[in-house]
Amino acid sequence: MGDVNVKLLRRILVGFIREEVTKVGIRKAVLGLSGGIDSALVAYLAAEALGPENVHACIMPYRTSNPESEAHARLAAEHLGIHCQVIEITPMIDAYFSRFPDADSMRRGNKMARERMTILYDHSAALPALVLGTSNKTELLLGYGTLYGDMASALNPIGDIYKTQVWQLSEEMGVPRDIIEKQPSADLWAGQTDEQELGFTYREVDKLLYSMVDQRMSREELVKNGFAPDFIATVSARIQNSHFKRRLPIIAKVSNRTIDRDFRYSRDWGK
Amino acid sequence: MLPLTEKSGAYTVDFIVALAQIKPKLGCLAENCTLVESAIERAVADRADLVVFPELALTGYFLKDLVPDVALRLDAPEIARIRELSRHVAIVVGFVEVSDDYRFFNSAIYVDGGEIRHIHRKVYLPTYGLFDEQRYLARGERFRAFDTRFGRMGMLICEDMWHLSAPYILAMDGATTLVCLSSSPGRGISEDESLGSTAAWQKLTSTTAMFLNSRVFYCNRVGYEDGVNFWGGSEVIAPSGSVVSRARLFDEDLLVTRVDGGELRRERIFSPMMRDESLSITMKELRRIEKGRDC
Repeated sequence: MGDVNVKLLRRILVGFIREEVTKVGIRKAVLGLSGGIDSALVAYLAAEALGPENVHACIMPYRTSNPESEAHARLAAEHLGIHCQVIEITPMIDAYFSRFPDADSMRRGNKMARERMTILYDHSAALPALVLGTSNKTELLLGYGTLYGDMASALNPIGDIYKTQVWQLSEEMGVPRDIIEKQPSADLWAGQTDEQELGFTYREVDKLLYSMVDQRMSREELVKNGFAPDFIATVSARIQNSHFKRRLPIIAKVSNRTIDRDFRYSRDWGK
Repeated sequence: MLPLTEKSGAYTVDFIVALAQIKPKLGCLAENCTLVESAIERAVADRADLVVFPELALTGYFLKDLVPDVALRLDAPEIARIRELSRHVAIVVGFVEVSDDYRFFNSAIYVDGGEIRHIHRKVYLPTYGLFDEQRYLARGERFRAFDTRFGRMGMLICEDMWHLSAPYILAMDGATTLVCLSSSPGRGISEDESLGSTAAWQKLTSTTAMFLNSRVFYCNRVGYEDGVNFWGGSEVIAPSGSVVSRARLFDEDLLVTRVDGGELRRERIFSPMMRDESLSITMKELRRIEKGRDC
């Protein structure tokens, strides 16, 4: 996977946000700003598409979140001049887990992601604004996200670009250097990094995903191109096992027209 | 106004073509008709003789189960209105056509002087990748050239153009202008200057014009449907294959171009490939291949 034409990519993604938001009769967008590069990039794209006055960011830290994350989120919001508010999720999360004190970090992390989702959707109704998704293609394919949590959105401008391309486009958009250069992290506990948790780097896996998904190389071709068989197997399994996260819930079919199976309409129906 | 059909001498006539690069709304017939009508008015104001719209201009592209709901009979009031408007300018427009036996076609009509002069039903319905046309639509069965007051023409709808035989048949049937209505989804981003789909189409329109010594009017749409962008870039290609004019990428546009009638004559003298093209050899060999496939 070579470099991407970032100017062209920017134009398509900005146009996407502008058109898909305004065609439903809404002017605004709301998104969660984590302090990481993905949400920062989406904020930059949205500000360009809708004007900074129409972009609302929520910074939603938990008490164990790295303070640097909030600082980076504020930095991006201030740089763009978008609306920004901090909504701590500690009281909601702690109230819930006081009933389940033994819950592990996965349950806690998922709950936090879903708490943030409910806040964004509440703001979606209040403003009104559409919720922008901030999951990139790498994490969507690997299933490295929380279903109905950070994976939930009305529109996702970056869901078809890999992390490597997120970095490239962020440079083009002028996302602050500190945000581009820091280690990607879900920030669920101190010192956590994505690459440590995944067991490979984004650059490595993006090359493999691009060859496997976009170029549809066979396993033999992938091996011939220098990808380790174990690595191919791990990544293939991750894609397959997380596929449920990329689909709507399945419906038991009994009628002649079942939603999404033989009742098929684009979402932009009438728009 | 020139006479409606003029076979001899028409090739050297200059005329103005307007490619209406619009952004239809998905499934909104009434609004799209208004959109089309206002583009026609602008084209007339710009003194256009012919205005071309994209594939499925009256309906939008990713219709899926909406197909039967937005389909029009040829005697529908929407078509009658276009016929009326064609008293001022010749019009090529794409829509979903329903036949008396309830087949639905991805169709294009050439309308002039208040009458439908020709209808083309898309033959090659892409059903792969992001396309699913054959699930919802019936396949057209013919490619036919037809006479217009700008010389003989042939219509192609998007994927039709990717089948070498389609423009070839039209050119062999005497078409010297190929009108291609398109809804081409933008995809294939890379380090290159253009999207993969843009680069491929630009190669195709130019090469087709060059191979067949014919003009190509390519009209693509813009806008987004469910996250899929349509990249625009409509173009007028000279019979030599060179780009005469090109509309904006991604944005709505009305590309008004004066077509030099003499260019076709000169190109056909300069490189008479179509004159030398042997229909009998082609037919003989195709029949042999067809016969071989039967066994």
